[in-house]
Amino acid sequence: MEILSILIPISLGLGAAGLVAFIWALRSRQFEDPKGDAERILSDKWDDRPRPD
Amino acid sequence: MADLTASGFSACPACDAAPLAQRLADRADHADGTLILSLPTAHCATCITDVETALAAHPGVRGARVNLTLRRVTVDAPGLSADDLIPVLAGVGYEAHELDPDALSATTADRQGRDLLMRIGVSGFAMMNIMILSVAVWSGAEAATRDLFHWISGAIALPTVFFAGQPFFRSAWSAIRVGRLGMDVPISLALVLASAISVYETMQSGHHAYFDGVTMLCFFLLIGRYLDHRTRAIARSAAAELTALEVPRATLLADGAEQVVPIASLRPGDLIRVRPGARIPADGEIVEGRSEIDRALLTGETLPVLAAPGQMLSAGEVNLTGPLTLRVTAAGRDSSLARLTALVEAAEAARGRYTSLAERVAKAYSPSVHVMALCSFAGWIWATGDLRLAINIAAAVLIVTCPCALGLAVPAVATAASGRLFRRGLLIKDGTALERLAEVDTVVFDKTGTLTWGRPVLVSPDPLAPDLRPVARALAEASAHPLSRALADALADYPAADLSDVTEHPGFGVSGRWQGRAVRLGRADWLGVADDDKDLPTSATWLAVEGHEPVRLDFTDELRPGAEDCVAMLRKAGLRVVLISGDRPAAVADLAARLGIDDFHAGVDPRGKEAMVADLAARGARVLMVGDGLNDTAALARAHASISPASALDAARVASDMVLTGSDLAPVADAVATARRATRRIRQNFAISITYNIVAVPLAVAGMVTPLIAALAMSLSSITVTLNALRLRDGKE
Repeated sequence: MEILSILIPISLGLGAAGLVAFIWALRSRQFEDPKGDAERILSDKWDDRPRPD
Repeated sequence: MADLTASGFSACPACDAAPLAQRLADRADHADGTLILSLPTAHCATCITDVETALAAHPGVRGARVNLTLRRVTVDAPGLSADDLIPVLAGVGYEAHELDPDALSATTADRQGRDLLMRIGVSGFAMMNIMILSVAVWSGAEAATRDLFHWISGAIALPTVFFAGQPFFRSAWSAIRVGRLGMDVPISLALVLASAISVYETMQSGHHAYFDGVTMLCFFLLIGRYLDHRTRAIARSAAAELTALEVPRATLLADGAEQVVPIASLRPGDLIRVRPGARIPADGEIVEGRSEIDRALLTGETLPVLAAPGQMLSAGEVNLTGPLTLRVTAAGRDSSLARLTALVEAAEAARGRYTSLAERVAKAYSPSVHVMALCSFAGWIWATGDLRLAINIAAAVLIVTCPCALGLAVPAVATAASGRLFRRGLLIKDGTALERLAEVDTVVFDKTGTLTWGRPVLVSPDPLAPDLRPVARALAEASAHPLSRALADALADYPAADLSDVTEHPGFGVSGRWQGRAVRLGRADWLGVADDDKDLPTSATWLAVEGHEPVRLDFTDELRPGAEDCVAMLRKAGLRVVLISGDRPAAVADLAARLGIDDFHAGVDPRGKEAMVADLAARGARVLMVGDGLNDTAALARAHASISPASALDAARVASDMVLTGSDLAPVADAVATARRATRRIRQNFAISITYNIVAVPLAVAGMVTPLIAALAMSLSSITVTLNALRLRDGKE
């Protein structure tokens, strides 16, 4: 049963990492234009180099 | 209509004008260089690249980003105005309109939607992590292990309920303060009571804790809330966009100089100039100029009316041929627009408030849940005298009756149905519109601008000898009159003849000289021929060439695409179709015959239209009104449900529940069918969740519900209801 003291923190940590990723995505407005993002992947405009921000 | 007023619409176009004018004035002050343009035709990856590349290449533009979901582009271009950028986009083939950033700020940021998403994310995280621990407890974790798992679950669940449950607590509190029991009161009670009892049980190292159920409840209910919010937000932002397109300005003549001012600042006695093609901004008397006036949006008449000095004009009419100078007699609240508003308000009051299916269910639901929880508490106290057991059972009753499925039943269906209709070109503005539309048994159509385009087309060029066609085209091109434009369009394949001395005579026609002969195109009485078009369904203009007989050219009002299919489908679905128009009997009868409508009324004024709709309603009919003009607004507000095309006047769009975004009329028939199916789905969903309660509640009252059963029942019913709603999306029955 001692293994629980390692496994439970790990499982909670993974869950928390997922939550933090979700909050980051939401804060950086990645859910504002789902349709546009789905289409943008088809554009070859930034295929050679990343978009300079 | 309560929703509409709350979201910033009113039934009064003149009242809308004042704050809008204020915003226009403010806009110049805080120009931070961000422009928002609407792109109604953008739809694909190429569109995004085209628009962004074209804008980025324009000098002065620092950045441009297309949002395809909202069909908008946000441009960062300090010092530039929309007028600089719209031609750039037109150059690469995209239609663009300026949007007022202030009017849209609430919808672009959409704080409320992000806030709900965040709460969904947090409760989803908590639900899944607690469920991992709960599975261990259910499968037989004992003593210290179980207590540890319960403590960890509690440590996750309590902050989650505190954060994610806020929308329910807030709305429950505001319901209680006004003495009502909404859906949110039992929800909040269940959340608080179950959390409290679980903490107590954990401290006593009891067998059951409901931390998983509590977070799951938050998760499913928040999804319902979010779907509901998104449907409303999309409709609201699109409606705001339609409003943001019309910028009300007038040209004021002050001391001989022209000056552009907001309509709201006009006062009686002001002199205003109205150019050909412009809408008349305020009621007034013509002091100078001759022209023809298109009154279609006010009265439904297709034929232009002659206008000369001394004549009174109403706001909303369109000046066609010559520039006019008007002395304002009434503006803002006193204008004929505002008088019509009073009629609309009276009509709305007469229709009364519609109680939606969900509200009726909630009304019966909340008290019965409370009574059941209280009864089982009292019953167990009486039977065993064990307070802890009785509270535990009362909490279980509250949790299993919690309206997860009920909360999803309506929003899931509404999202699927309105998404489907939006893709076909129909925008739903009002929450209860779908339900009301499903009950409709009579459809009343307006003619001009609704079933027809409200613009003429040449019946046939045949009466014109081929050698006269270039002459007709050249004369027609000299005027902006709708009949001239239609004639020029019809003769676009012919070269324009070389004419000299071309002059437009506002209100009469166009004259010129061709190969030394006088040629004239215009009204019959101006050319001196007998006017016999009063009894014909068409409107006409005449071409006179010296040495030839004058030639009569007939024009008809072209049907909107889909009009025939729409009427046929509605009749097939068993609905009664009625045509009520303000136009001449001959024109209305002709159109009714073309569409196969045998119930039609011509020459009806706005008050008459409203009275006829009210009369139909009094005889038990549920009327769907489809109209676009100011003369329809009162009838639109009075009808059980109403639809207007996007080309309609602002006032008509505000008064109606749904707006057609495309030009095709076919979605109207589709909307009725979809609405009926959606309402059937909502009823099915209620039946599913009530059946589930009928099974689960006796078990809970009997004390046989464990957290495992509660979790299973809750998720099963929610998923069933959502899947049932999703069946609406792809049109299968």
